[in-house]
Amino acid sequence: MPSIISVSNLSKTYASGFQALKPINLEIRQGEIFALLGPNGAGKTTLISIICGIVSPSTGAVTVDGRDIVRDYRAARSMIGLVPQELHTDSFESVWATVSFSRGLWGRPASPGHIGKVLKALSLWDKKDNKIMTLSGGMKRRVMIAKALAHEPQILFLDEPTAGVDVELRKDMWGVVRSLRKSGVTIILTTHYIEEAEEMADRIGIINKGELILVEDKAELMRKLGKKQLTLHLAAKLETVPPNLAAHRLTLAGGGSELIYTYDTRGERTGITALLSDLNKAGVRFRDLHTTQSSLEDIFVDLVRRGP
Amino acid sequence: MNWRAVQAIYAFEMARTGRTLLQSIISPVISTSLYFVVFGAAIGARITEIDGVSYGAFIVPGLIMMMLLTQSTANASFGIYFPKFVGTIYEILSAPISYIEIVLGYVGAAATKSIILGLIILATAGFFVPLHVEHPVWMLAFLVLTAVTFSLFGFIIGIWADGFEKLQVIPLLVITPLTFLGGSFYSISVLPPVWQTVSLFNPLVYLISGFRWSFYGISDVGVGISLGATLLFLALCLAIVWWIFRTGYRLKA
Ligand SMILES: Nc1ncnc2c1ncn2[C@@H]1O[C@H](COP(=O)(O)OP(=O)(O)OP(=O)(O)O)[C@@H](O)[C@H]1O
Ligand SMILES: [Mg+2]
Repeated sequence: MPSIISVSNLSKTYASGFQALKPINLEIRQGEIFALLGPNGAGKTTLISIICGIVSPSTGAVTVDGRDIVRDYRAARSMIGLVPQELHTDSFESVWATVSFSRGLWGRPASPGHIGKVLKALSLWDKKDNKIMTLSGGMKRRVMIAKALAHEPQILFLDEPTAGVDVELRKDMWGVVRSLRKSGVTIILTTHYIEEAEEMADRIGIINKGELILVEDKAELMRKLGKKQLTLHLAAKLETVPPNLAAHRLTLAGGGSELIYTYDTRGERTGITALLSDLNKAGVRFRDLHTTQSSLEDIFVDLVRRGP
Repeated sequence: MNWRAVQAIYAFEMARTGRTLLQSIISPVISTSLYFVVFGAAIGARITEIDGVSYGAFIVPGLIMMMLLTQSTANASFGIYFPKFVGTIYEILSAPISYIEIVLGYVGAAATKSIILGLIILATAGFFVPLHVEHPVWMLAFLVLTAVTFSLFGFIIGIWADGFEKLQVIPLLVITPLTFLGGSFYSISVLPPVWQTVSLFNPLVYLISGFRWSFYGISDVGVGISLGATLLFLALCLAIVWWIFRTGYRLKA
């Protein structure tokens, strides 16, 4: 797939002297959902803000559909819709007025039809004449999404779109994001909910302390880095792991009734056959067994802890 | 040019005025009327004429100028300061619009509002004193130029301000005193010579004098100098705004 956003050697040092981004290279593919994960202060918002024109880069360049974000800002920004992390809304304007305002800012002719469609998709239709200050936090967040969609962007940035949003609404938003993707919109989202990335993303980038430590297909990532655990439910409890099984690095769990074996799916061989035969030799019998695969969350925590 | 964006900002700002009609139109009208009552009636009873113009009529241009300066500055500074304060500026910064368009939208709306206000005050004045405008075209030209210049000035203050105090300090501590000392309510020529010279360093003297000339054909300084001073101040504000956007001063991290 062709790339639609191309970030090269982009870095940012704030006026305070703090380097929020170390040189970053990243290609976002057309039509994908890209999830940017990282702990607080990793630089996610900084990266998004630079691409959208809110923060000036210190070094490096970004092109959007081949257009430089500084030199050809008009063309670049016309394609982008942004939902920032913080809830920044007007207070006295109506929902309809503020969403129409956004469309105007992007230079698009008024289109009540489109705005109506967006408001309905975000379940804001019956609030369209309400003043924004009378809405709840979750509704305000949806108003911000509606504003970003008002000009029919081809690229949508969602900086933690589901922070502070209840479970049901989160599912609704995922639905909106999926249907946008279906219509060809490229989506870049940041989130702290790993299951959100796991559920939605095509590709995942992990950023930590201003460094992009990994960019990978979600499926590939989970396959490559995924660890599996084999749990053996023993017929009789054990006090300790028998010495001749030490090489397998087993752990005893469930009060001595379970043996857990961890293996890497990446490995040439998993060692399961050897383990089973050693168990047999040691006379350890088991009633049942099951395997579990580590989630993206485990992978993420593992990577961030290990550092770049 | 992204005219739709200019229009969107302009309409947004005008709608804000509409919502605060009481504060933005009615209160300046009331305070102007009070000036007429206090200055026109009370003082005017003692000072009957200045340069052949009745005192009540004499202060009309000065009063309009004073409202024009304070309102333009206050409106434009608030218009751009507020999105910065509540964070909605993110949208302006990420939109495909140029700095010229941003300025046209915000400053255009603030200036429009001041011009309307100036005309309303002029009409209000008509209730108190017989009005006479000798050079209506010049009157309008000074009105528009001043409104635009001081709206730009307000825009600069709104960007510079990082708190509500700063937003108010310039109109309160600079503009109001300078208009009072700039001959709004008297002719500079009544001052002792030393103070006449000092007054010439007050840029507002030129604005007020030029504006009064367009009404009654009398002025403290030549009308050409007044016009030149106004244009100079306009150019200065434009240069500062240009610099602000070049550097992203107080707008971009
Ligand atoms: N205007 C600024 N001036 C100085 N430092 C800043 C500024 N904005 C952000 N930073 C710093 O840059 C770093 C990255 O911030 P950023 O907001 O990009 O993180 P983030 O990954 O979005 O975090 P979170 O998950 O909490 O939203 C942080 O250490 C932050 O303190
Ligand atoms: Mg952030």
